[in-house]
Amino acid sequence: MAYNLKEEMNKEERFHSGHRLCAGCGAGIVCRAMMRAVDPEDRAVICNATGCLEVSSFQYPFTAWEDSYIHTAFENASATASGVEAAYKVMKKKGKIPEGENVKILAIGGDGGTYDIGFQSLSGALERGHDFTYFCYDNNAYMNTGTQRSSATPRFASATTTPAGVESVGKKQVQKDLTQIVVAHGSPYVAQTTMFGNMKDFHEKAHRAIYTNGPTFVNVLTPCPRGWMYPAEDFVKICKAAIDTCVWPIYEVVEGEYRLTFEPRQKLPVEEFMRLQGRFAHCFKPGNEWTIEAAQEYVDKKWEELLAKCR
Amino acid sequence: MSIRERLSGNEAVATAIRQINPDVFAMFPITPSTEIPQYVAQYVADGKVDTEFICVESEHSAMSACLGAEAAGVRAVTATSSAGLSYMNEVLYVAGSLRLPVVLAVACRALTGPININHDYSDSFAERDSGFIQLYAENNQEVYDNYLMAHRIAEHPDVRLPLMVCEDGFITSHAIENIELEEDAAVKAFVGEYNPENYLLKKENPLAVGPYGVSAYYMEARVAQAQAMINAKKVILDVAADFEKTFGRKYGFFEAYKMEDAEVAMVIMGSSAGTAKVAVDELRAQGIKAGLVKLRVFRPFPGEELAAVLQNCKAVAVMDKSEGFSACGGPLFAETAGACINLDKRPKMIDIVFGLGGRDFTVDAAKGVFNRLENIVKTGKTGPVYTHMGQRG
Amino acid sequence: MRSAKDINEKIAWQDLTTGCEIYEPGTSRLTKTGEWRSRTPVWIEEKCKQCLLCAPFCPDASIPCKDGKRSEFDYEHCKGCGICIKVCPFDAICWQDEMKDKEGTK
Repeated sequence: MAYNLKEEMNKEERFHSGHRLCAGCGAGIVCRAMMRAVDPEDRAVICNATGCLEVSSFQYPFTAWEDSYIHTAFENASATASGVEAAYKVMKKKGKIPEGENVKILAIGGDGGTYDIGFQSLSGALERGHDFTYFCYDNNAYMNTGTQRSSATPRFASATTTPAGVESVGKKQVQKDLTQIVVAHGSPYVAQTTMFGNMKDFHEKAHRAIYTNGPTFVNVLTPCPRGWMYPAEDFVKICKAAIDTCVWPIYEVVEGEYRLTFEPRQKLPVEEFMRLQGRFAHCFKPGNEWTIEAAQEYVDKKWEELLAKCR
Repeated sequence: MSIRERLSGNEAVATAIRQINPDVFAMFPITPSTEIPQYVAQYVADGKVDTEFICVESEHSAMSACLGAEAAGVRAVTATSSAGLSYMNEVLYVAGSLRLPVVLAVACRALTGPININHDYSDSFAERDSGFIQLYAENNQEVYDNYLMAHRIAEHPDVRLPLMVCEDGFITSHAIENIELEEDAAVKAFVGEYNPENYLLKKENPLAVGPYGVSAYYMEARVAQAQAMINAKKVILDVAADFEKTFGRKYGFFEAYKMEDAEVAMVIMGSSAGTAKVAVDELRAQGIKAGLVKLRVFRPFPGEELAAVLQNCKAVAVMDKSEGFSACGGPLFAETAGACINLDKRPKMIDIVFGLGGRDFTVDAAKGVFNRLENIVKTGKTGPVYTHMGQRG
Repeated sequence: MRSAKDINEKIAWQDLTTGCEIYEPGTSRLTKTGEWRSRTPVWIEEKCKQCLLCAPFCPDASIPCKDGKRSEFDYEHCKGCGICIKVCPFDAICWQDEMKDKEGTK
């Protein structure tokens, strides 16, 4: 069915107001969209890694979730989801959940809980082939503890453990390409997206991921106004800059076949993304011009590699 | 009608699992508990159980998957040892606080280092504060029986706590001994179905599990959890009473062996108790009033009951099969001594750390301990309180 | 089953739910995060084309939609991030403290 924003917004809310995420936090937008992608007649169980989202969306006795929700620890959202999925299979087998009644198993974590500490458990669950969808809201650092660098932090970003200074231009390493690593697991559906336009790209990917049998993965670039140091209201501008500069390419991989789902009409220079954010401010200081060139070089290389895969 | 068999402790646990037919088993191998999931895998392959068998990539994930499954509304079990249990540590505490009655079989084994695969209690004792109920066994029969009682204790609405069924690595887990098994139908009837009131997959209402609890709630949540552990004492005895009625074998918090008039006694756990009983018998034949207490339930710790049985002794040796590095005694000693602190008249008490990493414990060694106790009684001097036994030098 | 509305910082430990579970959906709505707001977005209905682009971008589900149309902000929960202001193609949302300037240039 073709995407229709009006119909989407008519749906009952499944990630409610009153959560304690910061004003302008992208994770709230992600969760609302993720839950709209579950068909209204289906239930869901959300397995959440420790992080901003967890402490904000279920602070006793206040849950923001319409559906069942479980948080156990930081590094094990995928393992917890594996257990929920196994229980679901048994209940189906034993007739405790009747035919035609569907429960979708979703896991969600930040880049800390996904790229780093939760990586082993994610890899294990992907390899075992559980029927679940993992959403990563990648905000490029450990935001819950105060913007420490993660393996998802881009090169040159200043984080509290890789601060810029006279001897430092921010993080030394490039971002781990987790999406490609998930593809290498042979998952039937893997996608990268963010929040732009009328949210069609996000919705279609989330829906396809949730309704593809097997372990599927959606990696969502999720700007964080505090950690990235930009005014909260500029959220969409930041997302748009990320995709127009190809810092965050928008694509999907269906059974190993790559497909770009968004290609900028004109690929903008990477500094158009960087200059909007305080975490890259040092890159624009005299003498640091090389950082922007190096960042550009890396984005170009990754983009060409991706285009080759999509051909 | 009981069935006479010859099984190892691991096979006894696996047999209990087959009979109970839990919904989910999440496994990761580690010596010496590995056989348990292997047997279960074969039951799955042969269609003898309906269990969803998940081969996870670590013990941390094994316990995490159990939490997910248990919260989702089904029975979830796993098994581990040593480093595997330590790797689960974080999620064991989560299991306790989420009040999810997962049942975990532990073939107790030394912790590294040096790396060692043999028996002591350094793994399970390190988890004494995790919120798990801990049941210990002298032999394969007791492991089997403890397992049959485990789910009923853990799932009781007044308890709702996870539970460890502990056996001695290799000594019990691998040694083949005679055992009386119960019939499948009788076990199923005794254990019953698992029907939690709320669970993640319930249609009528959602369930949210595992919140962030600010200071205004954390203390209350912990007190409620502590009360559940206190409640477990009664439930353990009630289930044991029903077990005795159903299957004829009697269990309590501990076995008091020749304690009625004992002057010198040992507090000991697991298979070592069998060896120590021989020493008690031999000493009794010589007219020495020796006795022993074999502790079955370490969590909840039956402090009051233990103190009551020890109060008339003149000297007691607490046998710690784990080194707590406190520089003043092992964990079992600390708890036993603590339990006796308010007795009007209490025995002299020493701690003996022994049997680490599978070091042999012999009848002669046990007699040596009683000899020390006799000396304490004679001289009135306790001497060194914290000592090790069985090491060279 | 105890309801979230009956759980507060004054109740005894015996009255907490077992394992701090919650048995009902969306109890977060009881938390009025609108108090966090330092600036307030205002919806100018006459300029609104009901394109609804603002609605999915609200992190706080504070733009109610029904029958394909948005209505007044849920100020009990809106934290005032301003994302909706920037996402609106028709200038139909603006900061309250900038209202005067906007009206002046009408």
